[in-house]
Amino acid sequence: MNASAIELRHVTHALGNAGVAFSFSRETGSVTAVLGPSGAGKSTLLNLIAGFLAPDQGQVFVNGRDVTALPPAGRGVSMVFQDNNLFAHLDIRTNIALGLDPALRLGRAENAVIEAAMERVGLAGFGRRKPGTLSGGERQRVALARAFARRKPLLLLDEPFDGLGPGLAAEMLSLMLEIRAEVGATVLMVTHEPAEARAAADRVLFVDRGRIAADAPLAGFFERSDIPALRHYLGSGAPD
Amino acid sequence: MLTPAEHRAARLGGWFGIGLLAAAIGIPVAALLAGSTGAGFGVDPYLLRITRFTLLQAGLSTALSIALAIPLARALARHPALPGRSLLLRLFAIPLGLPPLVAALGLIVVWGRQGIVNAGLLRLGVDQPVSIYGLSGILMAHVFFNLPLATRLMLMGLERLPAEYWKNAAILGMTRANVFRLIEWPAIAQLAGGAAGLVFMLCVTSFTLVLVLGGGPAATTLEVAIYQALRFDFDPPRAVLLALVQIALTSAVLIALRVLKSPAEEAPQLGLSPARPDVAPGLPALADRVLILASALFVIAPLAATLVAGLRADLVRILTDALLWRAILTSLAVAAAAAATSTMLALLLVRARHSVAESQTAFAGRILSWLAGIAGSLVLLAPPVVMGAGWFLLLSGATRALALPLMIIVLINAMMALPFVIRVIEPAHRTAMSRNGRLCLSLGVTGINRLRRVDLPALARPLATAFAFAMALSLGDLGAVALFGGDRIVTLPWLLLQKMGSYRTADAAGIALILAVLCMGLMALSDRTGAGREAARP
Repeated sequence: MNASAIELRHVTHALGNAGVAFSFSRETGSVTAVLGPSGAGKSTLLNLIAGFLAPDQGQVFVNGRDVTALPPAGRGVSMVFQDNNLFAHLDIRTNIALGLDPALRLGRAENAVIEAAMERVGLAGFGRRKPGTLSGGERQRVALARAFARRKPLLLLDEPFDGLGPGLAAEMLSLMLEIRAEVGATVLMVTHEPAEARAAADRVLFVDRGRIAADAPLAGFFERSDIPALRHYLGSGAPD
Repeated sequence: MLTPAEHRAARLGGWFGIGLLAAAIGIPVAALLAGSTGAGFGVDPYLLRITRFTLLQAGLSTALSIALAIPLARALARHPALPGRSLLLRLFAIPLGLPPLVAALGLIVVWGRQGIVNAGLLRLGVDQPVSIYGLSGILMAHVFFNLPLATRLMLMGLERLPAEYWKNAAILGMTRANVFRLIEWPAIAQLAGGAAGLVFMLCVTSFTLVLVLGGGPAATTLEVAIYQALRFDFDPPRAVLLALVQIALTSAVLIALRVLKSPAEEAPQLGLSPARPDVAPGLPALADRVLILASALFVIAPLAATLVAGLRADLVRILTDALLWRAILTSLAVAAAAAATSTMLALLLVRARHSVAESQTAFAGRILSWLAGIAGSLVLLAPPVVMGAGWFLLLSGATRALALPLMIIVLINAMMALPFVIRVIEPAHRTAMSRNGRLCLSLGVTGINRLRRVDLPALARPLATAFAFAMALSLGDLGAVALFGGDRIVTLPWLLLQKMGSYRTADAAGIALILAVLCMGLMALSDRTGAGREAARP
């Protein structure tokens, strides 16, 4: 059997007087929605995988390789944040190019990849524009284009379509899924929209108080009544 | 929102403030211009040499301060969790409020001929001592004052960048050099220009540090030369010529500053420092720490030396000296009067500007607004010693008088503090107006009642901040009192200068500590009551 695309083995990290402890693994090509109340540790989970935080104990594996001691750039990860994915003073083209070579040494091949990436997200011809002249949705497209150009095995999304409005968010979500399929990446997506999870994910990680309270298939997840924290999280709108 | 009567009052007040300002600057400058008729404008080698040295020391001081501040701000931004970092940043705010004379004394204790550093060097067998006097001393003192200022300005620029930038830099694998070229430098570059202009302005008009550490014809600036021409050589025509050159210089710098845009405009406090996942441990990170440590030592050593030397002095004897108490009382009275004048004037100007901005107005209103707006910069044109020189010439028949020179010192100190005071009051006034304006109109609370019950209470804290800051500035100032001080007018800085001049080193150290404690106390008060000093810097 193939190694998991991502695995956390007994990873712990102390945060103030609370702490987190995560153990789980995912198959290549899967899309996982990470849900949970705010402050539960969802972003901490992504930060541990990306390498922004070092675990106190445990290991992180990407495609079977122990990356615990590696810096973020060595882990095979692309990440899209809710905001500020682009350097505001650099044009769109340069922002994407940084994903290919952080020193911006670009040959013909790289330039072709950049053009293709902009084309792929529907922003051909935007290369010379600054992020400030783009709409919020367009800026997130550029971030997706950069992830597309990088073709890293792991794509981490931290509430990337928050604040875009439901229609635009749905559109971006399907663009993300297409790109994931073309790249063959494994996706972990933090969201607080159950609708986004339903539309995109095949599994759910429900995080509560620094622990994985549930790790289950999407099908039927929101109807479950055996996880008290989930019912509390979904509120009165949750089916009994 | 103001009623028509309140608008009229605000504008009348504004014109009154501008009138006072025009008199305070215009009269001494006119006196200088009137005095210049006798002076030759030919190429005087003395004048040329002094002007060249003024520019040279200001240029070198600026270059050194900025060149060191860039890597230092960068190192501090790269290590947000460094132990003692926030304490260091608070210490970096101290030189801003420290009287230059006190700092000079602290620097002499550390770097002087009998100082700590040279004693250490001598023991190591180095017989060429570091000199605190002359150009090297002036540069050291200017870096001591301006490196912390420039560092804080640029650090704020770096910390304003979103945390995601650094996360992205880490994920994309950008090296230290690439992070600098593509992220840090673009953020610092605009600030560096503004900070350089500001530092250059401060150094071109620096008086006290050059007076104490420079001296001698080889290391004299325009400001010090004006003082010497009036106080020692009694050569008014030369003083006039020097003062006019100084005004021309500051005007040029001021115009350049307008172009570069001053950096602290609406600058926020140093706040949360974002984590830096792009910074890997290793040799460069170690170099950052070494740089931070060295800079910390450079800034802290003179402060600590001032404290230690002051405590070692015979404070009991110093504190029972009647002359010291006279100096303390005079200083406090002058400082309080200057702070009150400055705050009042700022309030008048700010309110007039607000009144004009709020309603469509005729030509006169726009002129008023423009004048009130540039008032803060206008006072920078004529630094204290230059204004003092003008008044000195006017008073030449009556230097033994007491009331008039004291009033002049108060006025000059008030002008000196005005730009800072306006910077504290204006944003607070704007906020208070937008919050309370409609409510006051709808409740019918207007006129003097509104001023008493709503506007002034709402501004109490910023006014207190501005007042304490202006008082601290005035308390530490030597420029104005240098020309008028004597047997009859003795302020703390003046007394300190006398003790230093007569080599009463221990007494000087004690008085320096007392002066420093007073100024630091006022600064702490100013910090506590208000938005802090960042807003107060030009």
